[in-house]
Amino acid sequence: MILSDLKLGERAQIASVTEYGKGDLVSRRLRNLGFVTGEEVVCVAKGPFGGDPLLFQIGFTRFALRKEEAGRVAIVTR
Amino acid sequence: MRIALVGNPNSGKTALFNLLTGSRQKVANYPGVTVEKKSGQLKISQSETWELLDLPGAYSFDTESPDEMVARDICLGNMPEEKKPDFIVCVADATNLRLHLRFALEVKSLGLPMVIALNMSDSAERRGIRIDVQQLEAELGVPVIPTVAVKRDGADKLLDALKSQSVYAPSTTNLDLDVHAEVNRILDRTVHMPDRTSNLDDRIDRIALHPVLGLAVLAITMFFMFQAVFSWATPFMDAIDFGIGALGGFFEETLPDGPLRSLLVEGIIAGVGSVIIFLPQILLLFLFILILEESGYLPRAAFLLDRLMLGAGLSGRSFIPLLSSFACAIPGIMATRTIQDPRDRIATILVAPLMTCSARLPVYTLLIAAFIPNQTVLGIFNLGGLTLFGLYIAGILSAMLVAYVMKKVRPKLDGQSLLLELPSYRFPNVRDIVIGLWERARLFLARVGKVILAITIVLWALSTYPTPPAEWTGSMIDYSIAGRIGHSIEWLFAPIGFNWQICIALIPGLAAREVAVSALGTVYAISASIEDPSGALLPIISTEWGLATGLSLLVWYIFAPQCLATLAVMQKETRSWRVVGIAVAYLFGLAYLASFLTFQAFS
Repeated sequence: MILSDLKLGERAQIASVTEYGKGDLVSRRLRNLGFVTGEEVVCVAKGPFGGDPLLFQIGFTRFALRKEEAGRVAIVTR
Repeated sequence: MRIALVGNPNSGKTALFNLLTGSRQKVANYPGVTVEKKSGQLKISQSETWELLDLPGAYSFDTESPDEMVARDICLGNMPEEKKPDFIVCVADATNLRLHLRFALEVKSLGLPMVIALNMSDSAERRGIRIDVQQLEAELGVPVIPTVAVKRDGADKLLDALKSQSVYAPSTTNLDLDVHAEVNRILDRTVHMPDRTSNLDDRIDRIALHPVLGLAVLAITMFFMFQAVFSWATPFMDAIDFGIGALGGFFEETLPDGPLRSLLVEGIIAGVGSVIIFLPQILLLFLFILILEESGYLPRAAFLLDRLMLGAGLSGRSFIPLLSSFACAIPGIMATRTIQDPRDRIATILVAPLMTCSARLPVYTLLIAAFIPNQTVLGIFNLGGLTLFGLYIAGILSAMLVAYVMKKVRPKLDGQSLLLELPSYRFPNVRDIVIGLWERARLFLARVGKVILAITIVLWALSTYPTPPAEWTGSMIDYSIAGRIGHSIEWLFAPIGFNWQICIALIPGLAAREVAVSALGTVYAISASIEDPSGALLPIISTEWGLATGLSLLVWYIFAPQCLATLAVMQKETRSWRVVGIAVAYLFGLAYLASFLTFQAFS
């Protein structure tokens, strides 16, 4: 499952961040912001137009990601 | 001594900087990049002041973003012409330690003397977050000092620590560490946190980010902001207008008739005045944007509108700059600094002049009054009002179209990226607002002041010299260089219906769009002493010009880059003449095409 599939209010754990080609800045950025294996994420809001971007709570911080960015993050739900 | 403040965005770093330096600040750009350099003076004792640098906010030093690279290079002493700081104050938000400690560990791995300012320790306490500061110090191996940047005495302990230099124990570094695991380990040992986010944030966001309510709140906020910008600014603008008139009148009476008086009164005072008059609107706009920024609402607005803006090839962050451009494109272009992505930033800067700025209103009002019949449509709408509304919409639609075309011509290689942090809501701090407003006002005046002065002098000279001989019967400007240029470009503008009078007025109108109205008055030799020149102009143009010409000029002003100050700011903000060239070319192209179609359709 990927992060962009997460429903509103649903919790999951991050499995991995996929790199789109070498030197993918977005995936590097995601990891630097704390999207790393084992962290818990919650989808807390969705944008008004087509449910994009998505708002995730990770740690104590909320980040808005576009679906395309969230698609890089593989997750597992329990 | 030279101290650098580093920290995540939203760590309250700049608030701490403001508290420590007060008004003793300098803002410039780092050489070669458009990254803002903020430095200030920290008074240590009566005789000693240290230099304090407020480095750009950074999430990580492992980065390609210009802001973060500057922060890193300064810390490492790799920035040309910048001395390496003697030590670093790393600012971390006590309520957001999982993210901010990660960066603190990165800073620590640089191996420089440092201290961690545990900022917003008061709001952490209020939320029931307990932090064992001593344990945290022991785990990190660097001093940790709680601060409250929004309180007057909130940095006293930090200041004491800075003065008694004993605390800068050089840190042990371990580069191979898994920082995320390390952060989690330290947090487990030192921090007790009852809730992950503040309840207040959750409650506000349930409304502010709601698909329907959130958009309604945004629309209402923007409506009030604009209402306030336009209505509150009016008395100040009237006062400035009166002051400019009085100043001009004073020199008119005291100086002997001659070139000097003409330069001063008709050139500089009138020309600079025509731009200064927008200063109240611009400052109010800056004030509202600052409040929205400080309170944490701005990123929410970007979140709500991102998808919509993305469809047009822009980003949610483009929203506020474009909105500001409805008052004036100059603050709008300056506000694009909040857009990190360089391509999005350039795209936003390029379409900003298409937003209908308030300098266009006098031109629109005159032309609508002259050419649009004053009649009611569909029972309730006034045709003139509808036309004005249509002109605004035409600007917005063409901006979307242009941005869309730019997206198609030059798609992004590494995909679209938003990655936007939505920080906690905060009550804006008066000190930070005042300092921020002062800074932007100063920057605005520095950006446009000299340019406007130069432009008005050149345009005055063009429309004054050579002076006509005594037997000349036409208007003064007709004989001048501007007049001759106007006549000589008439053939170019004939297909879009402009007569030579309009061609001439376009030239002084390059100072600011609304100057075209008074310039037309000059061309038609209406005495400047008449109380209401545009009122006197009205019967002349409505009888002398055809409908097609009037409409063509209306359409021209939707697009034409008739404001040299905007172009100058564009150049200074992007450091690229190419961007300015593209803007001028496409805006003139669109203006000519649209006016041509309008003229041909109506004649």
